[in-house]
Amino acid sequence: MSMAGGWWLVRNAECCRRPGVLAAGLTAALPAPAANLLAAVTSPQAAATSPPGNTGHFLLATVYILLIFAGISVGVIVMNWVERKVLAHMQVRLGPMRVGPHGLLQPIADALKLLLKEDLVPQGADHLVFWLAPVVVVVAAFSAFTAIPFGPTAAVSDLNIGVLFVLAVASLGVLGIIFAGWSSNSHYPLLGALRAGAQMVSYEITIGLAVVAVLLHTGTLSMQGIVRAQIDHQQWLLFREPVAFGLFAVAMVAETNRSPFDLPEAESELVAGYHAEYSGFRWSLFMLGEYAGMMLVSAVAVTLWLGGWTRPFPNVHAAGLDALFSFVPAACFLLLAGMALRAAWKMPGHRRWRVQRDGLAVFGSLLLGLGLLLAVPPMRTACQNVFWFVLKVAVFQYLFIWYRATFPRYRYDQLLRIGWRILIPTALANLVLSATLTALRP
Amino acid sequence: MTAPAPGESHLDSSEMILNMGPQHPSTHGVLRVVLKLDGERVVDAECVIGYLHRGVEKIGEHRTYMQFNPYVDRMDYVSAVSNGLGYCEAVEKLQGVVAPPRAQVVRVMLAELNRISSHIVWLGTHALDIGAMTPVFYSFREREEILKIFEKYCGARLTTHAFRIGGLQWDLYDGFESDLRRFCQTFPARVDEYETLLTENRIWRERTVGVGRLDATTCKALGVTGPVLRAAGVAWDLRKAQPYSGYEKYAFEIPVGENGDTYDRYRVRLQEMRQSCRIIAQAVDGIPDGPILARIPKVFKPPVGEVYHSIEAPKGELGFYIVSDGSLQPYRLRVRPPSFVNLQALRGMVRGALVADVVAIIGSIDIVLGEVDR
Repeated sequence: MSMAGGWWLVRNAECCRRPGVLAAGLTAALPAPAANLLAAVTSPQAAATSPPGNTGHFLLATVYILLIFAGISVGVIVMNWVERKVLAHMQVRLGPMRVGPHGLLQPIADALKLLLKEDLVPQGADHLVFWLAPVVVVVAAFSAFTAIPFGPTAAVSDLNIGVLFVLAVASLGVLGIIFAGWSSNSHYPLLGALRAGAQMVSYEITIGLAVVAVLLHTGTLSMQGIVRAQIDHQQWLLFREPVAFGLFAVAMVAETNRSPFDLPEAESELVAGYHAEYSGFRWSLFMLGEYAGMMLVSAVAVTLWLGGWTRPFPNVHAAGLDALFSFVPAACFLLLAGMALRAAWKMPGHRRWRVQRDGLAVFGSLLLGLGLLLAVPPMRTACQNVFWFVLKVAVFQYLFIWYRATFPRYRYDQLLRIGWRILIPTALANLVLSATLTALRP
Repeated sequence: MTAPAPGESHLDSSEMILNMGPQHPSTHGVLRVVLKLDGERVVDAECVIGYLHRGVEKIGEHRTYMQFNPYVDRMDYVSAVSNGLGYCEAVEKLQGVVAPPRAQVVRVMLAELNRISSHIVWLGTHALDIGAMTPVFYSFREREEILKIFEKYCGARLTTHAFRIGGLQWDLYDGFESDLRRFCQTFPARVDEYETLLTENRIWRERTVGVGRLDATTCKALGVTGPVLRAAGVAWDLRKAQPYSGYEKYAFEIPVGENGDTYDRYRVRLQEMRQSCRIIAQAVDGIPDGPILARIPKVFKPPVGEVYHSIEAPKGELGFYIVSDGSLQPYRLRVRPPSFVNLQALRGMVRGALVADVVAIIGSIDIVLGEVDR
């Protein structure tokens, strides 16, 4: 553990170093980025022990960015399908069932539909700002992921101000929402944008105070450093800062405009709120941004409180337990494959259902293959960190869906009252208490 | 919770006119409310109605009494059975006939089923207005059971045309009693399910308690009836006050509220559903044998005169005022629709409230625009 701590210090000291310098010196004949990639490929050991981005692997960082972009986009698609199915089953209905087996292709069909829709800009709208708004939302949500560590090496960068960077960039999203509401030149979007502004500004204070309470225990703002501190402590920070975690868990729902705090887009009051005048691709960008934002805040919560990429019970190191946990990713995929294959088996034999049945069988086989691949020893260990991280984030996504199915919506004044009169004082008191306890601790 | 009164705002902000409706997810049809807003606070509101006006009363003057019967289903289309009951009883009163006992009991059962189905639609949509999206699906599951019974009885689900002047056209189908008993057994548990989701829910209470308060005096001054009046603490129910169709034979209570706010209206309607279930359970045990249709002349010409008859529809007092000149058609047919009268209270309730309260209050009055506009 001490080695890891030392490693991290070195990383921090070097974080301003220009990419590519070291590697370029070694292979002068090649352009620096290509040499970096070559170095990374030829010596995977070196690549596996150092995070990309600030170690000089410029191309590798680009690859990671593309991977994250693709991963988040796929995640949004999956989330879209899962949300509709879970909501449906909570509400005694089936949800999408027509497009593909069990509606698996529904998100793709919806995305295609949105892409093909006419691009409408309302009369009297401010064209530039109207165009800019969804871009800002998406860019803010996605770019914050560059500082999120999916694993000790699976990250674009390890900024020494990681938490600040994530919070700052993520909170830019509200600008996009206000842009959208203002530029639409319409009443409902304007009200939605005002609500969003008030809401996000209030709840960001709570988020900030909750995060500061964590920083007391870690002494670093680096996202990787926070996870490593939890590894060093042999304890998730959830158990040291439960109140801060609770506050963050509430505030992050408000921050992402999800039920019961979905006032900016309150369907029954403001029709669609800030994006009432948006349609087609622009609207889908808002949705993309919203879902990416949900994953982002969940990822922050996981990193700060739930041990990031570490598996459950990181402090127990029995050999059997390690082996057992290493099989969990494969087991998850095998379980999903089993469910898909069973559903394919149980489908009626009629000709009409053949495409659906075969599609589901192919999907199940893909999952089966993935599960078997993850069961192979080198893959088994390689996927561990990312798997646990994604699983923890997925739990939060499920909670988001569950809230949406259960709660009515808060009113504007009630929302602000909760933020200012309950959450912020509690967060402040918790911070003072934590600081005192930390100071008293030897 | 203490919001500054309208006009007491500390900031100088210009008022904004927000045109809510006629196309809006939560105005329950084509109601248009022109809101004058100061920020999110409602300074004034004006209801604009008439988008669903079909001239039902005028049509009544050009149809025979029998022909007009299906038209009343289209007024409050969520409770078509009650409309039919009100109209048929009014014409029977004009003619001086009484429906046979068997017909009366069947009418009570169907009307009470209809009250449950109307309240259930209200519950689901009202919860949806306040942002709880799940109750609407639960409530439509139970509504489906009721609509299936209607369908089995008269072939239609929504605009049922269940009753005829003088009684019924169809006798009960085989298995009607068992269908109803099964419904009465399962339904109270389902109401418990709704209550689990909403009644003690913190957010639900915050959104409804003290919102859209209407006291008994104002209710009486405006002629507000039905659950809105009872939520204000007035135990006025025409089924007790002026029993019709044999309602005096059944034991049931009139649920009343205390504060007359949105929450009380919610509680009152939930209780009414349980009481309706109780009435159905009593009625189904005592269905008398006998004819289902009184002796009615083939050419129906009521004597010259006028009549006003009102019943307790799910939304309040539904009255029919009919003037007969002795011909085949009414000389004048006037409907006293509960939704229209209750809607008058909206303006007073939403003043000083927030935009989010407006949809909650509209929902709590339980209006159907087909009946408001007719």
